[in-house]
Amino acid sequence: MELSRETVEHVADLAKLSLADEEIATYQAQLSAILEHFERLQDLETEQIPPTATVLPLRSVTRADEVESCIEREEALKNAPDTEDGCFKVPPVLEQA
Amino acid sequence: MNPDRPEQLTIHEASQRLADGELTAEALTEAVLNRIAAVDGEVKAYLTLRPERALEAAQAADQARAEGSAGDLLGIPLAVKDVLCTKEMVTTAGSRILEGFVPPYDATVVTRLKEAGAVIPGKTNTDEFAMGSSTENSAYFTTRNPWDLSRVPGGSSGGSAAAVAAGECLAALGSDTGGSVRQPASLCGVVGLKPTYGRVSRYGLIAFASSLDQVGVLAKDVRDAAIMLGAVAGHDPRDGTSMDLPVPDYTTALTGDVRNVRVGVPEEYFTDGLQPAVERAVRAAVETLADLGAEVQMVSLPHTDYALPVYYLIAPAEASANLARYDGVRYGVRSESESLEDMYRRTRGEGFGSEVKRRIMLGTYALSAGYYDAYYLKAQKVRTLIKADFDAAFDEVDVLVGPTSPTTAFRIGERTEDPLQMYLSDVFTLSMNLAGTCGLSLPCGFDEQGLPIGMQVMGPAFGEGVALRVAHAYEQATEWHTRNPAL
Repeated sequence: MELSRETVEHVADLAKLSLADEEIATYQAQLSAILEHFERLQDLETEQIPPTATVLPLRSVTRADEVESCIEREEALKNAPDTEDGCFKVPPVLEQA
Repeated sequence: MNPDRPEQLTIHEASQRLADGELTAEALTEAVLNRIAAVDGEVKAYLTLRPERALEAAQAADQARAEGSAGDLLGIPLAVKDVLCTKEMVTTAGSRILEGFVPPYDATVVTRLKEAGAVIPGKTNTDEFAMGSSTENSAYFTTRNPWDLSRVPGGSSGGSAAAVAAGECLAALGSDTGGSVRQPASLCGVVGLKPTYGRVSRYGLIAFASSLDQVGVLAKDVRDAAIMLGAVAGHDPRDGTSMDLPVPDYTTALTGDVRNVRVGVPEEYFTDGLQPAVERAVRAAVETLADLGAEVQMVSLPHTDYALPVYYLIAPAEASANLARYDGVRYGVRSESESLEDMYRRTRGEGFGSEVKRRIMLGTYALSAGYYDAYYLKAQKVRTLIKADFDAAFDEVDVLVGPTSPTTAFRIGERTEDPLQMYLSDVFTLSMNLAGTCGLSLPCGFDEQGLPIGMQVMGPAFGEGVALRVAHAYEQATEWHTRNPAL
């Protein structure tokens, strides 16, 4: 199964990855080869087979709703590339009027 | 053992000497640090080293012992794979995008080692975000196999496996999503144990594929693996998938007796792609188990051929979601830009390496509208069939035995051009992650070039005890684990 360049660009867009032209070409070829290899899955009849998302017995995990200590704001911001007034700072989302 | 080389000791040997007052944690740690200074320039197992802090921890361990403390890991130098968060010690996951990241907390497994008095000299190299089978996907450098420096140590826990093999620590933590503990253990001639999913807390393990990830251990022998597992296993309220089950003393399983233990040999694990020396060694190991009184029979895991595509759809799909968090906002490296959207794209495009981007692309594609049913859902359904294969096999036998990796250590650069070829390195290990079972790799021979061969002993979910018992009995009957690389 051959992926088109447009599909590769669309997937990169969904994944929010900026890719160089050569990367798009490489991934187009490699992902096509990988998916081709995976076609064998379609040989299996799985209509009646339930999917497995986790191997554990499904259960809800709860705990008492009690206030516990958590990391300090300063600590939480320590690894951030940019901060201001105790907040994470990012480039503008909207253009300025 | 050479009394001047305490770094060659196993945990159980060192711990006995520490208890008897024949060795101090400080002297042991110094020996390990000297060994690192002597060989790590060539092996390149460690990404980060903290020798001063390790010596302080060793002195504290000696002090604690003088005041009456004891324990198998008190004063023992152990390495930690760099996908596990360590408070105040840089944690990169082998990625540029986390360069300089200093976690504000320890992973639960690290907390448990520290509470047991272990000494942590540093963090070991890994394929970026544990995605790889050779450490060649590390953004920093490639670790080399201590048995042959022109070859890979396996991966992704290649730094931990090489460090154990080279005597740069007594044992180490790794992580195993599709074979990342067992395959490097096999290629480096050490023991590598992947516990059952839910046996060990994943809190503080940087997430790759959350339904498959499990913290594992790398050790010089089976007894040490049992000790390490006992130290890190158990319920953790911070990980909802860690099971609230008692943790046995795994060393009591090491009876040396495998009479009447039912050993299954999966016929699908002896295929054309298997290196002849690997096949010979594993078949001979099965003979040894039979000689020891185990009841050996052939079994079938009929969906083995489908495990690779299932794994390489499910793991990248989960990874594509888990790695969405690396966006240049809260931690890690940011590529500056005028707009938020462009900042995200450039940060991720420039911060991730090529294999990580390939898997994010593959996973995003498998989850995307129009392809979800054909790929992701299909893979989850076939996962059910793979798990059913193991369930059926474990109705008939107590453990399964087969090769860990189809080949011994390959040359650096040999498989980097063809991702599928690299993925095939994990063909015998990834089924266990899909099925949620446990198992370990241990040395069972050497090929014509003197490279170690590993055999996998697989147990059912929460059957670490029986897998360790069989592995230990085999180890006692052979001498492969006593050999060290001539480094």
